[in-house]
Order: sequence, then structure tokens, then C-alpha cells
Amino acid sequence: MAKTKQVITKRKVSNVIVHIILAILSLIWIAPILWIIMTSFRGEKGAYPAKFLPSEWTLNNYHKLFTDTDVFNFPRWFGNTFIVAIFTCILTTIFIICISFCMSRMRFKMRKPYLNIALILGMFPGFMAIMAVYYILKGLGLLDGGLKLVALILVYSGGSGILNFYVVKGFFDTIPKTIDEAAYVDGARKWDVFTKITIPLSRPIIIYTILTSFMAPWVDFILSKVIIGADAKYYTVAIGMWNMLEKENVYQWYTTFFAAAVVVSIPIAAIFLVMQRFYTDGMAGAVKG
Amino acid sequence: MELFKKNKVSVTTPINVREALKKGDLFTRLSAVVMGLGNIVRGQIIKGLIYLVAEIYFIIFMITKGITCLNNLVSLGTKTATKYFDETSQMYRMQLGDNSMLCLLYGVMTIFLIIGFFLAWRGNLKSSYAAQLKREAGKHVQSFKDDLEDLLNGQVHRLLLFLPITCILAFTVMPLIFMILMAFTNYDRDHQVPANLFDWVGLKNFSEIFSSSSGLGTAFWHVLGWTLVWAFFATFLNYICGMILGIVINRNDTKWKGMWRFFFVLSIAIPQFVSLLVMRTLLQPDGAINVLLRSMGVIGKSSSLPFWTNVTWARVSIVVVNLWIGVPYTLLQVTGILKNIPADLYEAARLDGAGPVRIFFSITLPYMLFVTAPYLITQFIGNINNFNVIYLLTAGTPACLEYFNGTAGKTDLLVTWLYKLTVDFSDYNYGAVIGIMTFILSAFFALLTYHRTSAYKNEEGFQ
Repeated sequence: MAKTKQVITKRKVSNVIVHIILAILSLIWIAPILWIIMTSFRGEKGAYPAKFLPSEWTLNNYHKLFTDTDVFNFPRWFGNTFIVAIFTCILTTIFIICISFCMSRMRFKMRKPYLNIALILGMFPGFMAIMAVYYILKGLGLLDGGLKLVALILVYSGGSGILNFYVVKGFFDTIPKTIDEAAYVDGARKWDVFTKITIPLSRPIIIYTILTSFMAPWVDFILSKVIIGADAKYYTVAIGMWNMLEKENVYQWYTTFFAAAVVVSIPIAAIFLVMQRFYTDGMAGAVKG
Repeated sequence: MELFKKNKVSVTTPINVREALKKGDLFTRLSAVVMGLGNIVRGQIIKGLIYLVAEIYFIIFMITKGITCLNNLVSLGTKTATKYFDETSQMYRMQLGDNSMLCLLYGVMTIFLIIGFFLAWRGNLKSSYAAQLKREAGKHVQSFKDDLEDLLNGQVHRLLLFLPITCILAFTVMPLIFMILMAFTNYDRDHQVPANLFDWVGLKNFSEIFSSSSGLGTAFWHVLGWTLVWAFFATFLNYICGMILGIVINRNDTKWKGMWRFFFVLSIAIPQFVSLLVMRTLLQPDGAINVLLRSMGVIGKSSSLPFWTNVTWARVSIVVVNLWIGVPYTLLQVTGILKNIPADLYEAARLDGAGPVRIFFSITLPYMLFVTAPYLITQFIGNINNFNVIYLLTAGTPACLEYFNGTAGKTDLLVTWLYKLTVDFSDYNYGAVIGIMTFILSAFFALLTYHRTSAYKNEEGFQ
């Protein structure tokens, strides 16, 4: 009896310890997020304040973010990124679905070579060719003013992003071929199968693709930095915010940066949470038996 | 394989270029010179005209521009830009010479065009021969409308793949080849266009990078070493810590499982560049962490911990910050797999008196490694190419003058060094060499996985 009691208390103690450790770890993971929110309401001016907790609270940072638009035009950056994201997501999704359907459902001579080429291309550092892309775009005249955003859309949707079609192809592979064959017997063309069977059956993975490709322009930093260059009017959110923390700007924009961080994170976080659900659905396969 | 055999049985005469030239009639053979002729003669007028127009355009292009482009690709330009005195305005002006960079770019484009034309030429011969065979057999020769209809049916892959492949060719393949070629030139900061020319130098850049005596070689081997060390720690620490966290949260005795998971996953939802920039500011000499430590009296009032300024500190900080970012991802990935480990394995181990540590190293870890090896290697490759973490956290600092005159810093990876060399220092040739080396490194690890995973070998097993 005494022994079982000992085991139970031991178990209880270790349980408490585990929960305490988890609480401490959660705090480490949550603290920076809370700190971002706290700093975005910070009243003191200047970068790197000497106190950990703010001495006054204010909404001015958000106000400044949306109204002080002479140099750092955040609403405009947000708009730029949004437009780029919308078009990128449309093009990328169409491209990925087309490629995946061909690689999963069609059988043609170049199929295996294409699959291997896609693998090999994916192994080069993504931006190794960025300078060459820069000159090609310049040659096409796409680097003047607002056309930079068009260039960005083309690079995002034509670049290495669509080489990640493997997830979608894997999903298409799970749609039983017998469904296709039944349609062919009824006189369907491949195009009909593509538009009327494969696409409707793949809703979760298509939504997942739409969401991931929509997120890409928000979080990409390097491609946009090279293509947009120094023209602050056409910045995307990521470059703009990076610039806020540069040495010459950080004093003025430090707290505003955190307000921007909160504003950007909210939609991205929402998309992420929705995406998580569709990802799980997508992984579960097309037709549930 | 099966499919292939079936094809052979059904099509008695193979339609390929050699057969077309050997067995084709006069018009088919003439198509090799006048493209589309074979099609026009057999009633496929629109198709034939398209081929013909394409050929004419190609010939005009080659005569007016293409040949010069090819010549320039070999020589990379001969005329250097010169200063001359302009009498009318009484000023020195630049007489523009050849632009080696454009020579190279247009040369590559021309080669792509020639390859494209060659493919069209083959297609033309095949289609002409096919039409001839059909005519001889007395069958209906495909009209243009049939061809279009075919694009929605048997040939739908041509329709669907056309745009994506064009985009990939234009924005991925062609630039890549262009950059690879640059590795064999001397396009560095001393040979900048348009004022100067650059030229082919063969393998000189490679030998320079491999020799450990030059500043470049020293930098390369050190940066490569740190890249591998970083990729190793970033991958395996994230993996093991994420897994332990997963096990702890999924224990039967742990309460509020969903809440804990939510706390950790919350950090993924913040865009990565934001969390990286925030971490950078947090760990600055006057950043919040140092301020907090000062006010708690852990360090002196004016002293600070050198998170980004000391080499060892910076390297450890990067790995730790990456842990903060990466562990939630691992947690998401492994939770499902952890639940799949057969419970009787644990049962048996417990009966034999194994403690939790022993169980982890003898059962959980081997099982997980076995199941997730491909995932791990992909992660490893991703970390070799992990530009964002390094660039946004330290941008490669602390700087190191020994590394090729300070182009690389102590925390630079090959990829961030490549970025700096091309964007900041205009040493395109060395940048290209490093890009190729990174590719070889990634390809080496990728080959380990792709050919071992059953998903690759047995692609169609599931359908």
C-alpha cells in the first residue's frame, strides 16, 4: 500500500513539474508576441527605450502609421502588396493546378523528364538567378514605375514557386482513376475531366494553394528588394518595414514599426489558421472511403 | 513500361524524324527545308502556314540579329567604351562600346530560340509524315479544327503546360543558365559594364575559390563550414526539441493539451520576417532583453550581452532564435506521427523497466527517424538555403576582413554571401560559382532522399 502511494505522489510531483516547464516555455513563446503588441502602444519616442515597460500608453503609433505618409506610405505599401498578392495567387494557382493535372493524369513522353527537371531546378538557391531576372525584366521595360509591380507578379508566379506542385499532384493522385474512366466511357474529353471532375473534387487542396500563394508576397523579402529597388512608392510591406528599422530611420519609426507588425500579422494569422484546416483536409485525400 | 509496350503494338510505323526523312515522300522531305509544305499539300493549310511563317520569321531574325548575337556570345564584345572630345559642346563624352552583359544575355536568348526552332522543325517533319501516312492509308487527315479539338482531349497537356512552362523557361531556366555561364567569366567589380568588357576565363574562378591561399578560398571554406554546422544544428535541434515538446504535450497526464499547442503554434501565424526583425531588435545591445537584464540587476547598468556582436554569441543566438521559430513547425509535423507509434512497443519497454529517457532514445527516436528521414533531409537542404533567418537577423555580421576583403561575415551562409557578392559588391562571377556550389551541396543531400523514398519510386502504386 505504502509503495503505491509513493508511486502516486511521485507521479503527481512529476506532473506538476511538467506543467510548470510547459508554462515557462509557453511564456517564452508568447512573450515576444506580447512585447510586439505592448511596444506598438508605447508612448515614448525614440528607439530602444531604457525601460522595459512603457511609461505611457498611446494610440499615436497606429495613427502615425496610417497618416504620416510622406516618406513611409504604409497604406500604399499595404495596397501594393495586396494587389500583387491577388494576381500572384490567381496565376500561381492556375499554373499549379494545370501542371499537377498533367503530371498526375496525363501520360506523355516528356512527363518523367519534366518531373526530374522540376526537382533539379528546385535545388538551386531560389534567388541565384535574380540578377539575370532583373536584367530580363529591364530589357522587357517592366522596371519603370508601377510596372515594377507587374514584374513582381510575373516573378512570383513564373518563378520557382510553381515548382512546388508536388503537394497538389500528390492530392490528384489520390482521386481514383475509375472515376475518370467512367467519365471517358460517357464520352467526356480530358478537358471535361479536368474541369468537371478533378477540380471540384480537389477543393481543399486548391484552397490551400490559393492561401499559400496569397501569403507568399507578404512574407517574401529578397525578390521584392532587388526588383523594387529604392523607390519607396512601390515598396511591399516587407521591404518597407525592413527600412523602418534601418539605422537612419529607426529613431523615428521604431514604435511605428511595431504598430505595422501588428497590422500585418492580423490578416496573415487569420489566413494561416484557415489554411491549417484545409491543409489537414487536403492531406486526408480526395475521396473518403 | 506497360503503357509503352501497348503503344508499340498499336502504332505499326513509328513516326519520328529519321523515319520521316528515310521513308517520307518528296513533300515530306522537302518540309525539312520549306517548313509546312507537307502539311499544305495534304490540306492542312493553316497548320502548314503557321510552320512556314515561323520559319520565315526565324530566318529573318537570324540574318538581321541572331548571327551577331551568337558571335557576341563567343567574344563577349570587342569594343571598349571610350572617352572622346565632342567639338560642338566642348565636352568629353562617352562613346558606348559593346555591353558584355547584354551580349551574354542575348546570346543565351538566341540559343533558346534556336532550340525552340529546332523543336518546331522536328514537329513539322513528324506532322507532315503523319499526314502522309494517313493519306496513303486512305484515312481522314486531321483538319485544323480536329487539331484544336485534340488540344482539349488527348493533347490537353500541351494546352495546360504551355503557359507555365513558358514562364518557368523565362524566369527560372534562362536566368539560371545565364548565371551559370557567368561563373566562367571575369565579370567582377573590376570589369563592370557598360564601361568595361568582361571575357571568358574558363575554370579560373573555380580554382581560385578552391585554393585555400587566396582570400576568396579562405572565405569559401569557412563559410561552407559554418553553413554545414548551422544546417546541422538548425535541423536536428529543431527536430529533437519539437519532438520532445510533442511527446510532453501528448502525454496522457498532461492537461489542457489544446491550449499548450495553441500557445506554441501562435508564433507561426506571425509573418516570419516580422518575428525575425523583432528578434533582432530584442537582442540589440540596447534592446529589450538587455534592458530587462539591467533592470533585474543580472548585468551592470551600462553593460550589455553581445548577442550579435561577438562571433560565438551571434552564432548561438541565431540557432536559438531559429529554435523559437522552428519548434512550433516541428510540433505541427510530428504530432500526428507520434500518435502512430504502436502503443505495445511502449508497453513492453515499460514492463522491462525502461525510464522515459531510455524509451525516447530506444523507441521514439529510431521510429521517428525511420519515418521522417525524407522530411529531415528536406529540412536540412532548406536550412542550407535559409536566407531569411541569417539576413534579417545579422546580415552576416560580425564582419571579418580576412573573408575576401570583408565581403563575408562570420555568420554568413553561402546563400547570403552569394547575395552580398552580387547585389552589394557586383562580383557576379564569384557569386555564380558559389551558387553552383550551393546547388551541388543541395543536390547531394537531395539525391540521398528522393531515390530512397517509396513515394518517388512507386509513384503510381496508389492510383
